[in-house]
Amino acid sequence: MNIEFEYIMILPVLLGAMLASALLVWWERRLLGWWQDRLGPNRLGPFGVLQVVADIVKLFTKHDWVPPFSDRVIFTLAPTAVVAGMLMGFAVVPYGPGLYIIDLNIGLLFFLAMTSLAVYGVLLSGLASNNKYSLLGGLRSAAQMVSYEVFMGLSLMGVVMLTGSFNMSQIVEAQRDIWNCIPQFVGLVIFLMAGLAEMHRLPFDLPEAEHELTAGFHTEYSGMKFGLIMLGEYLSLILTCAMTVTLFFGGWLGPDFLPPLVWFSLKTALLINFFILLRAAIPRPRYDQLMSMGWKILLPLTLLNLMVTGALALWMET
Amino acid sequence: MTDMVLEQVSTSSGGGIMGELEARFGSSLRLQRTVDGIPTAWIERSQILAVMQFLKSGIQKPCVLLFDVSAIDERTRQNRAGQPAADYTVFYHLISLERNQDVRIKVALNQDDLALDSVTSVWPVANWYEREVFDMFGIHFTGHPNLRRILTPPLWEGHPLRKDHPARATELEPFRMSPEFLDAQQEDLRFVPEDWGMTRGNKHTDYMFLNLGPNHPSVHGVFRIALQLDGEVLVDAVPEIGYHHRGAEKMAERQSWHTYIPYTDRIDYLGGVMNNLPYVMNVEKMAGITVPDRARVIRVMLCELFRISSHLVFYGTFAQDVGQMSPVFYMFIDRERLLTIIEAITGGRMHPSWFRIGGVAQDLPEGWDTMVRDFLDYMPARLKEYDTMVMQNGILKQRTRDIGAYSTEEALEWGVTGPNLRATGLDWDLRKKRPYGGYDQFDFEVPLAQAGDCYARCEVRVEEIRQSLSIIRQCLDNMPAGPYKAQHALTTPPVKEHTMQDIETLIQHFLNVSWGPVIPAGESCTMIEATKGWNSYYSVSDGGTMAYRTRIRTPSFPHLQMIPMISRGFMIADLIAIIASIDFVMADVDR
Repeated sequence: MNIEFEYIMILPVLLGAMLASALLVWWERRLLGWWQDRLGPNRLGPFGVLQVVADIVKLFTKHDWVPPFSDRVIFTLAPTAVVAGMLMGFAVVPYGPGLYIIDLNIGLLFFLAMTSLAVYGVLLSGLASNNKYSLLGGLRSAAQMVSYEVFMGLSLMGVVMLTGSFNMSQIVEAQRDIWNCIPQFVGLVIFLMAGLAEMHRLPFDLPEAEHELTAGFHTEYSGMKFGLIMLGEYLSLILTCAMTVTLFFGGWLGPDFLPPLVWFSLKTALLINFFILLRAAIPRPRYDQLMSMGWKILLPLTLLNLMVTGALALWMET
Repeated sequence: MTDMVLEQVSTSSGGGIMGELEARFGSSLRLQRTVDGIPTAWIERSQILAVMQFLKSGIQKPCVLLFDVSAIDERTRQNRAGQPAADYTVFYHLISLERNQDVRIKVALNQDDLALDSVTSVWPVANWYEREVFDMFGIHFTGHPNLRRILTPPLWEGHPLRKDHPARATELEPFRMSPEFLDAQQEDLRFVPEDWGMTRGNKHTDYMFLNLGPNHPSVHGVFRIALQLDGEVLVDAVPEIGYHHRGAEKMAERQSWHTYIPYTDRIDYLGGVMNNLPYVMNVEKMAGITVPDRARVIRVMLCELFRISSHLVFYGTFAQDVGQMSPVFYMFIDRERLLTIIEAITGGRMHPSWFRIGGVAQDLPEGWDTMVRDFLDYMPARLKEYDTMVMQNGILKQRTRDIGAYSTEEALEWGVTGPNLRATGLDWDLRKKRPYGGYDQFDFEVPLAQAGDCYARCEVRVEEIRQSLSIIRQCLDNMPAGPYKAQHALTTPPVKEHTMQDIETLIQHFLNVSWGPVIPAGESCTMIEATKGWNSYYSVSDGGTMAYRTRIRTPSFPHLQMIPMISRGFMIADLIAIIASIDFVMADVDR
């Protein structure tokens, strides 16, 4: 991979991710509308797709209010941390054979590190708002996201063991015979749940829980700062789905009649729809229920999965 | 008939609770006969605590429920023949469930000495009722733990339900809001924990005080709960109501008997015409009107339609508050179908104001039966789907089981009625125990649940939807023919048929249309099993075209008072589930 190509990839990935998350706002609303026997945005442009433009124009022109009682600097910086962390994560995703920004040999670790950075954004925005609801949201996100981070990392170690590498492209290539979702089914389920908690979407949207905390950590945000937080959430949805596809569903691999990039996008889109369906269907557990499920069920299960995978890997080698 | 004063004061009670009360308190008791036949006794002011204690624990089959407490400003009332002299009367409405009997206790007060012993030590539920009486009439209750205004803002001047308090803006100077006034009001809304006997922390923790509301997505209206939090765990809570107060009881004193009907619609705004029912039945009772069968069945049918509509809103928002996003949309679609039927029949949707004194406004339109039948055929399958989606959902069960539970005893102690009471396993439905409006002609079951928690409260309501469907089907299959309004001089709007042939009828019609009917002097109370619990209208007529006093007892008022008791020790998310499971609308609480 030469340097120029890397630079060339940055722009399309950046634009693609942004555009996809903007479209996703519209798509999610349409899809939810369809499932909930209503229309959703359908007026502006074909199938209402231009609603996104209207929303963005609105966000840009809204009064960008910084509460006088907040910690100004952190309040302003926090949303950027959310988006920056997520965007960095896209750097290691292989969209096709040789189609990536950077092919790190610690790609997986880099992804985990970047999503952890985004947690800071949520945490700090909750704290800097100096609002009680935001504080509670911040508290919840600190507990929820930090603990689910643990399982998220551990659940992926099975994949790493099977592949013997942290490199994303190699992980995809290793799935030529069988996708990881079969031997690592437990890992997949745990990763999906951890991912859901990580991107704090319903049913695991406890840090913002509209019905309890009135948007929680971003109660005080308005205008484009709020827009950034929204963007961060949708980016995190796409990123998590892209990573799941890469790690468990064979990434760009697929029959030859479609190019690899299309296979990758299709799989990701399908997974995104699955997450939207989850949002439409499942109620929100209570904060302590979520935590006890994490530590009492998911963690032992993850460790067990690791042990079994490790034992099997050793056994197969000998 | 119309000129007759329906009440007399008698000296003998004829047994029952009154007999026992008489045996115990003897000569100081004065009995009053009221139109509704509820035994009513005037007692001495000093005896109030003793009488209350006696009725609650001193007799066999005691009065377990303090149903209502309010007052009457008697100063301008003409027709009180034989009643003890009083400037203000405080009345207590008690119910013995085992005897299925009501008792009304009245205390006369002189305006120079407006004080009375608080009964909060006997009934915790009296707390808010006494605060309301204090707020509305300026009557002090000695020994009340925290006697302060409840419905009007703390800085309000005067006591609204006194007869000398203005009822309309036109009676006052134009209102101007100065910045100082605004600041003072704002400052007054600040929650001061010490006022409620709360500490700001203990040895280990500083508590956080969180204002949940008045504007919060989950408080179903404008309702504030000040929370004392230890982390996310509720140490204590103070519900604050009154943001939705419109003075509905005061308006009753300025509207004719007929023109007040639309105001009742807006009390429980999800209950629609079901709010009209206790009011018009009460007036009919005082006027001596018998409602024809067809009108009665039409009324039952519409009430049950509205019960379903209200329960559907509850069901959807309950699931939504627990974090399930979709059910509310499906249920609102069903509700939309219902409202279409209601619109076809009444012309209105949320507030049809369609019941009249003596019947209903119009006959059923052509084709109503097809619409209703379609709905009856469509709904059961949907309910089944909701069972799978909501009631059998594991997370929802986890979130609502054993949360906010109370026992039957606690429920009665706190004045809980309706589905919330039946969720504790007590089989008590006014439609069965005291059939009104023709409910004894219908075959239906009273759904019960045992646990008394959030999930049980939802279970009862879901089953009630099914029972209401069954009642509506019976209405559909057995709709009697005949007039939809009684042939009586006091019905509204008055019968017009013979006005052009007969001068007397014309005069009567003219007077009843322009002034409204004159309802004979008297007092009466009528209660029904409304969507959220027992709703009653207690009207005092002074022989005029308007009510002298109308007391609206709504179920949600005591239900809200109970929130701190059942939510202590739970988390914020549980509180939201509890609030959702109680099923209230603020208009019903504040009136």
